[in-house]
Amino acid sequence: MLLSPDLFAFAYLVATILFIFGLKGLSHPKTALRGNTFSMAGMALAIGVTLLHPDVKSYGAICCGLAAGAIIGVPLALRIKMTAMPQLVAALHSFVGLAAVLVAAGTYLMEAESGHLSGVSLFELVVGSAIGAVTFTGSLVAFGKLQALLGSAPLIFRGQHAFNALLIAGIVVCSGLFIAEHSVWLFVAATVLSLLLGFLLVLPIGGSDMPVVVSMLNSYSGWAASATGFTLGNQLLIATGALVGSSGAILSYIMCKAMNRSLVSVILGGFGTSAEQAVADATKKSCRAASTEDAAFMFENASSLIVVPGYGMAVAQAQHAVKELYEQLHHRGVEVKFAIHPVAGRMPGHMNVLLAESEIPYESVLELDEVNPEFSRADAVLVIGANDVVNPAARTNKSSPLYGMPILEAYKSKAVYVIKRSMNPGYSGVENDLFYHDNCSLIFGDAKKVCEGLVNCLKSN
Amino acid sequence: MSETMIAVYVFVLACFIGYHVIWGVTPALHTPLMAVTNAISAILVVGAMLVAGSAQAESSVWVQVLGFLAVMLASINIFGGFVVTNRILAMFRKK
Repeated sequence: MLLSPDLFAFAYLVATILFIFGLKGLSHPKTALRGNTFSMAGMALAIGVTLLHPDVKSYGAICCGLAAGAIIGVPLALRIKMTAMPQLVAALHSFVGLAAVLVAAGTYLMEAESGHLSGVSLFELVVGSAIGAVTFTGSLVAFGKLQALLGSAPLIFRGQHAFNALLIAGIVVCSGLFIAEHSVWLFVAATVLSLLLGFLLVLPIGGSDMPVVVSMLNSYSGWAASATGFTLGNQLLIATGALVGSSGAILSYIMCKAMNRSLVSVILGGFGTSAEQAVADATKKSCRAASTEDAAFMFENASSLIVVPGYGMAVAQAQHAVKELYEQLHHRGVEVKFAIHPVAGRMPGHMNVLLAESEIPYESVLELDEVNPEFSRADAVLVIGANDVVNPAARTNKSSPLYGMPILEAYKSKAVYVIKRSMNPGYSGVENDLFYHDNCSLIFGDAKKVCEGLVNCLKSN
Repeated sequence: MSETMIAVYVFVLACFIGYHVIWGVTPALHTPLMAVTNAISAILVVGAMLVAGSAQAESSVWVQVLGFLAVMLASINIFGGFVVTNRILAMFRKK
């Protein structure tokens, strides 16, 4: 079928607008599902129209590719546990990155013989491939760390920053020569160096910084799509890639702000290596332990309780036990709210998803700014697997590595109960001052078992 | 105005739209936001299709293989990303 180029451009514009409405739908849980339908319609339109494109001569490879993607993607998405969402997202980022590299290479092979490629197109090609390559290997490392295939501790070697700078210089030189000399090997060299750079950029970043890394890679995958759009002269790819790129960039910014760290310091990595000094003087202080019975009695007689969940809740798969606890207390007329720190979990919004999965109504789940004024009015706080985000040292101790980070002000409430497996410090390795406050008691044990214990105590009363 | 300059216009303006739309997203939905942007960034599939279905792909196995792999990887993202986003958002709708 013959369609005029303007008709194609118009259909692509409609697809872009559908994507924008799709993202806009996420401003509220009520409109979000409809938004997702818009996005899916946009994608279907884009694919359908491209099938009619005059440059598409054969359909075999396309249909096989689409079918294979569906066969792999759909079961993956249906089976994945919500606690494993960060890994899934990292894996999907790596696919976009690799696809960008393959499209750039394929386009080069197609156009190289015909001699259509101008200097500008060659530049766009190699940039697209480089961003894609960094996204690919960077996401693989992030996936490995999140899936615990690699250690989550930052991996640092001497002269790392200098070596990375050298790599970047190498990529720039190879790209420049590629544009000047059109040699395919220079294109390959620039891509290989970019693959190496992706590895080295994410390896030194520690586990607790993963929310920033995942957001950043999200951003890169968008820029990779944009760069491919520049290569192909396709406005749909450029605009959509820019939407995704800015989304990831904003999320990275929000995450960094919530940790009071600069994006540069996260990218360069190595957080948590100078934490020993804070641990040393902590052994002198004493803290109080509490039994589940004490805590259950306290919660039952409270009029309001705030729960602070953290990554530990996800690790222990405790979200369903937490929901039962919520029901028991809610049933007894206790007002239960959940306080979510922006960097709780391994990706932005991770805790909200886990709580939603266990069917806790989203109205009782509050963000940092909403919930902080409520701590001083709360009768009790229950901290489940969170640590750094409730550490008052971030407010009071100027020498603490956490100083200046916005925290949940759990310490202001009348009684704080913290479920902890042991006295080990949090991911940042910083000792938590909260544990030594007079109003704080520790319940030692696995988050899931303790929550189930609390539920049993409430049931037997 | 050259075609490249038009592309730059589109890119910059889309960044501004993205900036404003994304700040409106509620923090509770940041995970589905990442999942759906993942699916959307697979719009790269358009480029992959143009490679996989090109006239050159009929004569060169290399081009065809590259194109096929790119279409497959992008569509894993499309299907996986949208399905998982739907799953998450359905949880938020339940009371």
